[in-house]
Amino acid sequence: MLLGRNGAGKSTTMKSLIGLVRPLSGEIAFAGRRVERLQPYQIARLGLGYVPEERRIFTDLNVMENLEVGRQPPRENAPRWTPERLFELFPNLGRMRDRPGGRMSGGEQQMLTIARTLMGNPSAILLDEPSEGLAPVIVEQMARTILELKREGLCVLLSEQNLHFAQLVADRAYIVEKGQIRYSGSMAELAADDAVREQYLSV
Amino acid sequence: MTASAILIQFLNGLASASSLFMVAAGLSLIFGVTRIVNFAHGSLYMLGLYLSYSLFELLGGGPLGFWGGVIAAALIVAVFGALVEVLLLRRIYHAPELLQLLATFALGLIVKDVALWVWGPEDLLGPRAPGLAGAVEIAGRRFPEYDLFLIAIGPLVLGALWLLLTRTRWGTLVRAATEDREMAGALGVNQRWLFTGVFALGSLLAGLGGALQLPREPAQLFLDLSVISDAFVVVVVGGLGSIGGAFLAALLIAEIKSFCIGLGDVTLFGAVFSFSKLTLVVEFIVMAVVLVLRPWGLLGRAPAVARSSGAVEPPLVLPSPKLRLAGLAMLAALVLLPAVFSGYTLILMIDIMIFALFSVSLFFIMGPGGMHSFGHAAYFGLGAYGAGLLALKGGVPMELALALGPLCAAIGALAFGWFCVRLSGVYLAMLTLAFSQIAWSIVFQWDAFTGGSNGLVGIWPAAWLASKEAYYYLALSGCGLGVFALWRILYSPFGYALRAGRDSPLRADAIGIDVRTLQWAGFTLAGLAAGLAGALYAFSKGSISPETLSVPRSVDGLVMVLLGGIQSLTGPVWGAIVFTWLQDVVAREIDYWRAVLGAIILLLVLAFPGGLAGALGRLATRLSGGKAAPGAAT
Amino acid sequence: MSQAMNPPVLRVKNLSKAYGGVQAVSDVSFEVAAGELLALIGPNGAGKTTCFNMLNGQIAADAGGIEFEGRPVRGLKPREIWRLGVGRTFQITATFSSMTVRENVQTALLSHHRRLGSLFSIATRQHVEEADALLARVGMREQAERACGVLAYGDLKRVELAVALANRPRLLLMDEPTAGMAPRERNELMQLAAELARGSNIAVLFTEHDMDVVFSRTPTASSCWPAAN
Repeated sequence: MLLGRNGAGKSTTMKSLIGLVRPLSGEIAFAGRRVERLQPYQIARLGLGYVPEERRIFTDLNVMENLEVGRQPPRENAPRWTPERLFELFPNLGRMRDRPGGRMSGGEQQMLTIARTLMGNPSAILLDEPSEGLAPVIVEQMARTILELKREGLCVLLSEQNLHFAQLVADRAYIVEKGQIRYSGSMAELAADDAVREQYLSV
Repeated sequence: MTASAILIQFLNGLASASSLFMVAAGLSLIFGVTRIVNFAHGSLYMLGLYLSYSLFELLGGGPLGFWGGVIAAALIVAVFGALVEVLLLRRIYHAPELLQLLATFALGLIVKDVALWVWGPEDLLGPRAPGLAGAVEIAGRRFPEYDLFLIAIGPLVLGALWLLLTRTRWGTLVRAATEDREMAGALGVNQRWLFTGVFALGSLLAGLGGALQLPREPAQLFLDLSVISDAFVVVVVGGLGSIGGAFLAALLIAEIKSFCIGLGDVTLFGAVFSFSKLTLVVEFIVMAVVLVLRPWGLLGRAPAVARSSGAVEPPLVLPSPKLRLAGLAMLAALVLLPAVFSGYTLILMIDIMIFALFSVSLFFIMGPGGMHSFGHAAYFGLGAYGAGLLALKGGVPMELALALGPLCAAIGALAFGWFCVRLSGVYLAMLTLAFSQIAWSIVFQWDAFTGGSNGLVGIWPAAWLASKEAYYYLALSGCGLGVFALWRILYSPFGYALRAGRDSPLRADAIGIDVRTLQWAGFTLAGLAAGLAGALYAFSKGSISPETLSVPRSVDGLVMVLLGGIQSLTGPVWGAIVFTWLQDVVAREIDYWRAVLGAIILLLVLAFPGGLAGALGRLATRLSGGKAAPGAAT
Repeated sequence: MSQAMNPPVLRVKNLSKAYGGVQAVSDVSFEVAAGELLALIGPNGAGKTTCFNMLNGQIAADAGGIEFEGRPVRGLKPREIWRLGVGRTFQITATFSSMTVRENVQTALLSHHRRLGSLFSIATRQHVEEADALLARVGMREQAERACGVLAYGDLKRVELAVALANRPRLLLMDEPTAGMAPRERNELMQLAAELARGSNIAVLFTEHDMDVVFSRTPTASSCWPAAN
């Protein structure tokens, strides 16, 4: 869980993890391999999934095709996903298999972008502000989905500025501010620490 | 026209549309995924045609020689395309898009000379297609069987492409990458091989389009440029990246052309109007109309995000005293030059100065104005023809003609510019190309007035300017003042407003700047300056031909600006010097000068992605002990 | 609300906008008076920016009325509305990246003084003092010579504010002025906005995406003062 305000550096952190932004320095290790010099597709194929903040659905492609783009061979240490299994998780998507991504609502797109990433059978996924711009009902649904994914054994790194949402799903939290980690601790500790919340997350 | 004639013309149009569609579809596919505008696409078509000619003979003629040759030629072109992608384009995917364009253009130059070396300069007419050599009778007229075959192959290729793109995993990935290649990468799609595959497929289509024309048109060396401009038009009319749009546009244009030929000379309101001569421009007229009505083409959509064109430009710095001194010293050297050199050197210097002004005027709208023009030669040519016609046919004294010629160009720029500033990016570039092609065809076909393809001869300067020395000083003052004025304007509030409109149209609009009107004014100013260069050119040569406003001349200008570097004021001047000098030296010494030029451009692009001025700037920085030099000084 | 004794500078009535069936803004009405600081609050995607874009003429409203100083401005172009005395900043900062900080402000000043048509004066020598005064006001005087392309996010927001003030606006629209800023920076900027509103009697309208406070899909307008006050 990465917490922090707009522009604090959460999205950039996530983009450098998946290789879309080249870090100036530092090391990124994933599944025991150094990945900071690899291309995004190589990192993704190691089992790291990325769900961008802007969703970036392929609007010309329908739901099934969007899932097809994300498909990768199954992995030993990760849950295996098929479109049918994903439609159990996201029943809405199952009802609109042939609908182009461009003609879906924001919430449906957010579901699809997560489902698409899961098609790569990742062992860990990066979720960049999944609650952004969504209605409260959908946010709750999103939280349930993320808890479901955790039960499947998936490691989830979440970036959020919505503390309520974060409290629903996260175990541990890092607070990012001006590109640096300012706080780390368990979600329960953070919830109890008014001073820290006031300093970094007050709105 | 009778009903049967209309039917035949319609079928003719369908037959011509097929090859056009294949080339355009390839171009569109490649652009969609790699975002590279492949200027060498016409060369691939030409290569396909030449290869099928040779393979027919190599395979011993007959059905095997023909059909085997056509397929083998397309496959060879596909392999060639894949090699080009792996060896060249992979290195420049992150370069500014204009530099990519320059690289593919250079590649086209090399292919042309290789074709000249292998197949020679003569037109090569291929055999008739075995089995389809005859004709069938349709509505009382004979129609070639092979053309019927071509009519069928267009929709077949369209269908095959559609199946490939919608029914296979590869096609789905291609469409995903067309929309957002970065995201596709983050989902584990290896773009490298996807790009290579798309480039090979696009090349295959171009090669096949060329090879299938074997029985219909001779293999010729000028095909590369004529095909690429046709294909550009089709892609732009149809909408960038839209295969269906390309098919529709190819049909539309081929049909209109076919009917123009069919109509021939028609008497309208008592005057004879030649529709068949209209074929040279009709596609560009169609494009201009479509772009004004539907700015993103028939089936195209507005591009989602404008791609940044590389590094952020550093702020403009007023020249330091040292630089000013250097500039004055250079000027003094130019003034004293005729005392030392004479004859040919002076002629070359006059050319260089004229093209420096031309290049700076193009830079003016492309760099600070942010409007990429592929047809800037139109204004050079309008200036040249305006001055020439006034002097020859209008009886205007040379001095006055020299002053009025640029005005003709400015009026042309005013008229064309009104349309152009309504578009941006590749679409704007294509519209400028269309207008220059229209201007070219008018000059080319209006024999009685412009002298047609022969051009105008006997445009001589006034007696007191007749000597090479005198004309040198005229050119020096004209070009010097022109270049200086354009530079000076860039430092003025107008120049700042122009850059403001390019940097952030949103912000410019929000602080009261009317970006379109401003760009229009900038476009006209650049036209005026290019016209001055053209007028000076006309009187320096004594004769002009439609070459002065042709597409290759526009491309020359682009090469000069891009060679010099688009982020520096002096860049376009250096580019003009190097390019004009290279062209002169190389063309005189070497038969295959185009290939050498192409190779040099390729090396420069690969070595200095920031242009010559940027490289010189860095070198100067290193030599002067690492002190930071302003990138955009002088 | 106590400040709203003056006649309203901006009066918005039943403003609506839909994108392809999705209602982005529906039936929004509010007023801002000179010297007043008014916030439009709502989560991301609630339609605040759409609302702003209609106010300054960037997108056309489907229905409703916008009056600036009693004058209907709906249908005017952004540059025309700016000329009437409306300045704005953008959520994603829009500055001229190939110019220095001062040149950004100078360009706006040249436009305000209607001197952009000039071909032969040197732009960087015009309105230097006026530009520096504006930059001093937003705390960017020291960075006047730096290129906008290399500035930090928070500083770009300040440059935008200086640019927006160049035409001495009576109404200032600030779209998410504090997004991505540290608490201190944020307080400073809102302090500045409050000073502008009261000191120069400007009406200031800004957007805020405080999801914890308001969880509604429709933007609501509320008058507020920064927490520091």
